[in-house]
Amino acid sequence: MSSSLRIVNGKVHDPANGIDGEIRDIYISDGRIVDASPEDAVSIDASGMVIMPGGVDIHCHIAGPKVNLARKLQPEDHRRDPHPGTPYTRSGSGGTVPSTFATGYRYSTLGYTTAMEAAVTPIGARHTLEELHDTPVIDKGFYVLLGNNIFLQNLLKEGRRDEFKQAVAWWVNSTKAFTTKLVNPGGDEPWKGKKNANVEDIDEKSTETGLSPRDIIQAFVETVNELGLPHPPHIHCNNLGHSGNYKTTLETMKTAGDLRAHIAHIQFHSYGGERGKNPTSAAREIIEYVNSHPNISCDVGQVMFGKSTIMTADAPLAYLLRGFKKGKWVNADTECESGCGIVPFSYQEHVFMHTLQWAIGLELFLMSEDPWRVLLSTDHPNGGSFMSYPKLIRLLMDREFRIEEMKKVNQKALDKTSLRDLKREYTLNEIAIITRAGPARVLSLRNKGHLGAGADADITIYDEQEDKEAMFNAPRYVIKSGKSIIHNHEFVGDHIGKLLHSTPAFDTDIEQIVQPFFEDYYSIEFANYAVSDQYLHDHEVIAGIKTL
Amino acid sequence: MSETAKENIKIVKHATCTFCGCVCDDMELTVDMDAHKITKAKNACVLGRAWFAEHVIEDRPAAMVDGKEVSIEEAVEEAAQTLVKARFPITYGLSDTTCEAQRQAVAITDIIHGTVDTTTSVCHGPSGLAFQGVGESTMTLGEVKNRADFIIYWGGNPAEAHPRHFTRYSVTPKGMFTPNGKKDRTVVLVDVRKTSTAPVADIVIRVKPGKDFELLWALRALVKGKKVADNIEAITGVSMDTLTDLVERMKNCRYGVFFFGMGLTMTRGRHFNSGALLALATDLNEFTHFVAKPVRGHGNVTGADNVVSWQTGYPFGVNFNLGYPRFNPGEFTTVDTLSRGDADAALIIASDPASNFPKAAIEHLHKIPVITLDTKETHTSKLAHVAFTTATYGINTGGTVYRMDDVPITLRPAFDSPFPTDEEILTAIRKRAHELMLAKSGLGAAGGGGTQKVAAPRKE
Repeated sequence: MSSSLRIVNGKVHDPANGIDGEIRDIYISDGRIVDASPEDAVSIDASGMVIMPGGVDIHCHIAGPKVNLARKLQPEDHRRDPHPGTPYTRSGSGGTVPSTFATGYRYSTLGYTTAMEAAVTPIGARHTLEELHDTPVIDKGFYVLLGNNIFLQNLLKEGRRDEFKQAVAWWVNSTKAFTTKLVNPGGDEPWKGKKNANVEDIDEKSTETGLSPRDIIQAFVETVNELGLPHPPHIHCNNLGHSGNYKTTLETMKTAGDLRAHIAHIQFHSYGGERGKNPTSAAREIIEYVNSHPNISCDVGQVMFGKSTIMTADAPLAYLLRGFKKGKWVNADTECESGCGIVPFSYQEHVFMHTLQWAIGLELFLMSEDPWRVLLSTDHPNGGSFMSYPKLIRLLMDREFRIEEMKKVNQKALDKTSLRDLKREYTLNEIAIITRAGPARVLSLRNKGHLGAGADADITIYDEQEDKEAMFNAPRYVIKSGKSIIHNHEFVGDHIGKLLHSTPAFDTDIEQIVQPFFEDYYSIEFANYAVSDQYLHDHEVIAGIKTL
Repeated sequence: MSETAKENIKIVKHATCTFCGCVCDDMELTVDMDAHKITKAKNACVLGRAWFAEHVIEDRPAAMVDGKEVSIEEAVEEAAQTLVKARFPITYGLSDTTCEAQRQAVAITDIIHGTVDTTTSVCHGPSGLAFQGVGESTMTLGEVKNRADFIIYWGGNPAEAHPRHFTRYSVTPKGMFTPNGKKDRTVVLVDVRKTSTAPVADIVIRVKPGKDFELLWALRALVKGKKVADNIEAITGVSMDTLTDLVERMKNCRYGVFFFGMGLTMTRGRHFNSGALLALATDLNEFTHFVAKPVRGHGNVTGADNVVSWQTGYPFGVNFNLGYPRFNPGEFTTVDTLSRGDADAALIIASDPASNFPKAAIEHLHKIPVITLDTKETHTSKLAHVAFTTATYGINTGGTVYRMDDVPITLRPAFDSPFPTDEEILTAIRKRAHELMLAKSGLGAAGGGGTQKVAAPRKE
């Protein structure tokens, strides 16, 4: 096949390069975007079409131990949504937790070409890498769970901050991770060790370690910024889902000071009211803080009505949700590292809480003043499947559609929000920012999220349509690393995609400090723990940035 | 002479034993490189020592068609042609090979629109179904070592089947919150007879054969504070006093664990039994932290469950006849596809169904073309149309295996084998089968390509 392409007559949205809907030609050679048309280029006529960089999902759950448990758990979810193969692509099954192949192909059918798995236990890294290898088309990486890591907490307790930093860097290297993830920091020990309790206050000191969640958050924010990882600590705050949790979220952001921090699925952390009672919207309090603090980025974690699957390292939260319907539930404890909970779920328009969550997410989007830092996600599949992104885009771009959708939901809940008063409609360029350029920038993916010379040739071409859901549901062309994957709506090729990871420098002496702990408290050999390079398929090390 | 022998001794540290689902990764193997033998396996249990000591490089052809030696290429061609020609080809086995090989096997089955199933369907398949029904509160084995103060073995005999389970994970090890090892733990055994695990247990409960479900359901009722009929002892053989004592202990422990075996899953009740046990563990979380774990047999059966699940969405018994995965145990599980006479070709990997399947299934295996990959001659390889001899995982090959608690471990091979790996053979069959399928649908010459093939965009 020709490795050169020329896309002509299309309307280009490339906000990173200041291009907002101009008719421009794009040239591709050897997997990259180039300035001049290569001689042997094959042409694609994009008249009447919109060209954007491939989408970048900054927060989703698509591979690894907990995802596979959730897949196994729900045959009923796959059964009604098969994913047939083609002569060039593998088959699979869909639902809210699709098989690996279906995941990759379905992301590409939405024009997404990069996705980051947001929570992986270190001991599950090898499993995650195997699944990511089987997740086609897209480039991918993952965030490694370190916020409830007992060894790291012991170092903090003893004030050994430099060794803590070395150990964090060692863990990122040993697992081939992209950055660190904190989930309900400090919450695992009460869950596993104290009869299924949880930590409730960011300043509550653990009786075992003497550390509060804030101590852990602060140590990670400082350390990851010092290490200059391409993405700051990705934080799932304490008290997810509880009324009044916005205070915890504000305190978490304040703990970061002016250092970079990313707050995951911030919608789930923007609730007012009193714990145990019906929540109210605290979207305004949260978004005002984000708007005025350029060091903070977040993804929204929008709730979309319909089937979802709760899967989280926040095990006490999953148990709480399980309590409502007493349906099937998975809890999975990982030694020294993490907890995990899985509950099949569905968001329903008539339910007060669900409507409130839906409306708060939209409020956050519509009151955001900087699309580069308030990014699109549904915390797939927690708030809903990534397959609902086109509908979410329409909700943001089309106020009339939003008004129609508002008629279907719980009106009492809607009354508690400002959604009816928000008249804003996102532009195509803003959509390009919250789905592509913004996440790429927050992840320091310098070759993604834009269409300038040197960028990876990850490109999506949509028919321009009035109905934005239809438009974003089915790109006419998808090009990944310069290869045609979808051509005139048909799969014409396959592609494995590459693993994106980071390799912060560390002092190898730290291994001698970690090893004795392993021998005492882990059940596998220290020598067999670090993931070897054989698990890297095609890969790219993403350089860090220096902020301190 | 002894000096030259010494020069050819290799020590492999942190090697992994793939004999059973414990997947102990602390082996220290002494390898006589000249004799191609492992002379010592430090840390191995009695089963592991035999696994390593008895491994020899067999003197047999790498590939045979109808009992005659052929080149590997010829055998791959014959295997691919056979599978592509078949209308209802089945793939079976997979629990004693690497995840890398398993991934290729599922790919082949997808490409040829066949049916893939693993040995899970004849061991913990019912636990897989129960998991789909009620979920599972579970853990990695290190959590048991660090936290568990109350352990119940139900319908399993680890003393004989998983000899290091007690010392490595569950009974004697000293952990973070169990500094005194066994002294910090209470161990209960529930089984139909006093097995050799009984001496390890503080409490032994003998249940009447086939009454596990009734016993579990009574425990669930008592945990929830419901009344249980007085004749429970007559039904289950366990007295009310024993039951109430057990319930109190379960509710008041700090971190409780069920380990359950095929005594529960393969007796009357099957997935109802597993489901009742998993539900009981879930119920107990209202009072304390409680988890459960099936104790798996084969070295990488857990890997097989994982690979088939991530590639298809379902753990075993998956059919691709319609071009996408469908799951129906009882219809697409191997004992059924063979006994009914549906299968018209079989790809059997690292398993010997001809030695242990029901008679009707074995009879059907004799009637259809069978392709086998195994390290040794087996009943199944003897009846095979195409038989590959492959290298032994964990001894001659690297790759990945999953421990019974889903923890993946990388293998460290001891010495090379003259035979190819399962992964190599399956990759070759997969590529050839894909070419043949493309040719069949008129999309490419049978000579080129492979799954990495990318079609050129049509010129406008």
